[in-house]
Amino acid sequence: MTDTPSQMLVRRLLGPAGPEVTCDECFAALDHYVELELSGAQPEATLRGMRAHLEGCLACAEDHESLRAFVAATDARGPR
Amino acid sequence: MSGSVRTEAPTPAHATLARSLTKPRNGSTQLARRPDEESRIWLERLRSDGPQRELAIAQLHELLTRAASFEVGRRRGMFPQLRGGDLDDLAQQSADDALVAVLSKLDDFRGDSRFTTWAYKFALYQAAATVRRRAWQGREVPLTPEAWPRTASRRASPDQAAETAELLVELRREIDATLSPHQREVLIALALNEVPIDVLAERLNTTRGALYKSLHDARLKLRRGLAARGLTTTGDGETQ
Repeated sequence: MTDTPSQMLVRRLLGPAGPEVTCDECFAALDHYVELELSGAQPEATLRGMRAHLEGCLACAEDHESLRAFVAATDARGPR
Repeated sequence: MSGSVRTEAPTPAHATLARSLTKPRNGSTQLARRPDEESRIWLERLRSDGPQRELAIAQLHELLTRAASFEVGRRRGMFPQLRGGDLDDLAQQSADDALVAVLSKLDDFRGDSRFTTWAYKFALYQAAATVRRRAWQGREVPLTPEAWPRTASRRASPDQAAETAELLVELRREIDATLSPHQREVLIALALNEVPIDVLAERLNTTRGALYKSLHDARLKLRRGLAARGLTTTGDGETQ
């Protein structure tokens, strides 16, 4: 079921429960994380704390979504 | 293949930028693994001299511009008043900033991904930050609660709505009682008022990382405060 605005606010206030990386650590590992995702691997097994941070930090989550979308689209276009 | 070699000369703008950017002092890097062949060639060319380096920089800039344009395009709804040319300028500025960042951090590339993926993230990061700051230009950043949800959503069952409402009341008590003034300000701005973190960082003259640390510490205090009163939360914020 989709979260209500109040439930989303609670999530934003409380953040992720588990350990998470910092914004700098997240940025440093983001390319690795995205390529693992796009290859079908489970990135959290290699890069612990990234998923939690992406749940807790909207800006980093947007960066992740953008990189994943752009790399997937670029790869789909193929060699030029 | 992204970054395939072409023969045309760099534009004057790129040549000027290339000359102003010094090579990394240390040509070696602590690579986590052997990079793929394409990435190895990128590094080799960007660490070379003369026309080969200038051409590599021009090609890199083109890739970064594509990434920045992609990101600005995704967010164009934030600026209905901006014309296409203005959006192109935002993308170009972001690509320029990303190029400087990539070339200065070349030794940080560890080979965990393709070089192009690693470089793209700089362009996307710069473009997103530029767009967010531009969208908030001239706007006051609200550091006090703008509006707590009042009405229940029709999507929630009565029990869920009541539980969430009660949790929010408890959270407001904890926010007022246990957080430092700075933590309260950061939490309210980011979590309640949804101010972008890089916009807030610029206004408070600090960094995104420092702000997130404050947010993280505030959230930890809230969870502990709720737990101390017997209100434990599951991983997704529901009470038990």
